[in-house]
Amino acid sequence: MTATTPADARLVTEVYRDSQYARGRRALVWMWDRPIARALTRALITVFLVTTLNFVLIRLMPGNAIDNYIAQIMNEQLLSYEDAAQQASGLFNLDLKKPIHEQYLTFLGDLVRGNLGHSMLSQGTTVASIIAAYLPWTLFTVGLGLLLSFSVGTFLGLIAAYRRNSPFDHIVSTFGSILSAIPNYITALVLVVILGTQLRLLPIAQMRGSSSPGIAPGFNLEYIADILFHAALPVAVYFLATVGHWLLSMKSATLATLEEDYVTAARARGLSDGRISTAYVGRNAVLPLVSQLAITAGLVVGGAFFIEVILVYPGIGLRLFKSIEQRDYTVMQGIVLLLTISVIVANIVADVLYARLDPRIGRAGGANG
Amino acid sequence: MSVAALARPTMRARISGPLASTLDFLRLLARKPLGLIGLIGVVFFVVLAFIVPFFVPYQDFVDVTAIYQPPSLAHPLGTDSSGRDVWNQIIHGGRDILTVGLIAGFFSTLIAVTFGSIAAVVGGKVDALISGAADFWLTIPHIPIIVLLGSILKFNSIFVIAGFLALLAWAGLLRQVRAQVLSLKERDYVEAARSLDLGLFHIIFKEILPNMRSYIVIHFILAMTSAIYGVAGLTILGLIPLSGQNWGLMLNFAYVRGALYFKDSLWYILSPVLAIVLFQLSLVWLVSALEDIFNPRLRSSG
Repeated sequence: MTATTPADARLVTEVYRDSQYARGRRALVWMWDRPIARALTRALITVFLVTTLNFVLIRLMPGNAIDNYIAQIMNEQLLSYEDAAQQASGLFNLDLKKPIHEQYLTFLGDLVRGNLGHSMLSQGTTVASIIAAYLPWTLFTVGLGLLLSFSVGTFLGLIAAYRRNSPFDHIVSTFGSILSAIPNYITALVLVVILGTQLRLLPIAQMRGSSSPGIAPGFNLEYIADILFHAALPVAVYFLATVGHWLLSMKSATLATLEEDYVTAARARGLSDGRISTAYVGRNAVLPLVSQLAITAGLVVGGAFFIEVILVYPGIGLRLFKSIEQRDYTVMQGIVLLLTISVIVANIVADVLYARLDPRIGRAGGANG
Repeated sequence: MSVAALARPTMRARISGPLASTLDFLRLLARKPLGLIGLIGVVFFVVLAFIVPFFVPYQDFVDVTAIYQPPSLAHPLGTDSSGRDVWNQIIHGGRDILTVGLIAGFFSTLIAVTFGSIAAVVGGKVDALISGAADFWLTIPHIPIIVLLGSILKFNSIFVIAGFLALLAWAGLLRQVRAQVLSLKERDYVEAARSLDLGLFHIIFKEILPNMRSYIVIHFILAMTSAIYGVAGLTILGLIPLSGQNWGLMLNFAYVRGALYFKDSLWYILSPVLAIVLFQLSLVWLVSALEDIFNPRLRSSG
């Protein structure tokens, strides 16, 4: 159908506009313009690449985990290669008789269904159940530590910016830069050595673990006080390791905001200082930090590794360390995959928060930091 | 008075080139007390780790009668669990850590600068590919990945470790280099080089990079701090099979043998802790002073 008159032409375009194809295309374009769609696509690609890396490391590298494991149980249990391979297939979730690309596809398919295989050492325990038992403690301590450091850090940073070059500013900023330069595992070591061993202020040995033996989990004061007692050291380390960063970032963000025209305008309109500092300066300065908070949360979950090992706190990091020591490759790859996903989720949250909170960022926004 | 005033410009004119810019730089740095302390700290540790060991021989002298001694004239930082001198171990324990930091910092900066500038100058699909790779790399938790790799690949030399740490650290810097080059590439002198058809290599290495020197130095130092963070942490937990002497290994011994919970071991533990912290702090203070000097408006990156 070709358009001969203007009326025909309009008819053609209207028909086309409402055709299913055009509507689908518009929907796709609309979705693609959402920051969330792009972030999700990126996330899927990242997860895919990391799982592939995991598969390659465990299955294809020379001297890889599976070959080692087969050789080991052949020696220990005097099995034939077939029997040993059979046992390994069960553990690693792979059918070793199939060609490698089919093994890979099955591996991916199982992952999608949340099947991470079994632990190589404690037979019969699924990797997913191990993760479910340890991850909450990491999320709890990291979350609490970051929440505290973020609120205290941004508050002190705001005051430091308002009292620029005062003694308060100098002291707080210097402490902030010192704290942010100290590696978090050093903070953990020093807390143990000074507060626990030297001054004997803290019963370090009793504080290990996530809760005291004999206390039943439940929503009661005793249990909550007990888990807080055990979480105190890791939370303190996360607090000390990140508070300097929030403080310095908030200070410089506030200083930049104070020079903005709308702050000058608000002053000229005679608004009270208290209102300006909260509704105008504080709110705008803290915006970019909120999305940073999400990214930091992801990174700290990954960095919890050092802290939990040193403080013997049974979170996902300590479990990863154990699985490395015991060469429990299935648990190892499960945890690394999970940590990757948590960083990715944190990044997506950051992207969405950033686009939501800052009215100046349009749809195309969503940069990190 | 007038003689001095007359003499000054000629003095300035005679000293030119790198020496003059170094002097100018030191003059600017002198106005930032923390930055100056940082520079002194960095120089101190570099001399301590690379030069002092030539003059102070390594002592492997075990003396079981003098375990965990407090500081004294003979042992400025006390002794360890076998009666060896801690100060001697600190002197000989910096080289590996600093070397890893320097090599990893150098290579991650090199990767980031090369590919970041190529992405920005070439643009289009190349840019999308490189930026995409950097975004991907940024969302991987680095410490767990290097731990996983370490358990499978067996790191046994500091150069391999430095290489892996460099491979992990380039992505954030790459994005910043790319952004910086994108703004530089609109400048007139780059346009001129482009219209003269001087080629990609010439544009990147002769026109753009020289104008980013300060920026590159800052990021080299930052990459160094993160590499040192990684290598020290992994050695403390015993996840890198390093041998010999280094600050991380000292803490690893303290950690493995339970010296953390032993009251007399304070000096043995605090010495490597202070060495690592003071070196990191010096680098950070130096960097923040450099940022102030080179680009007063760039302070926000904190």
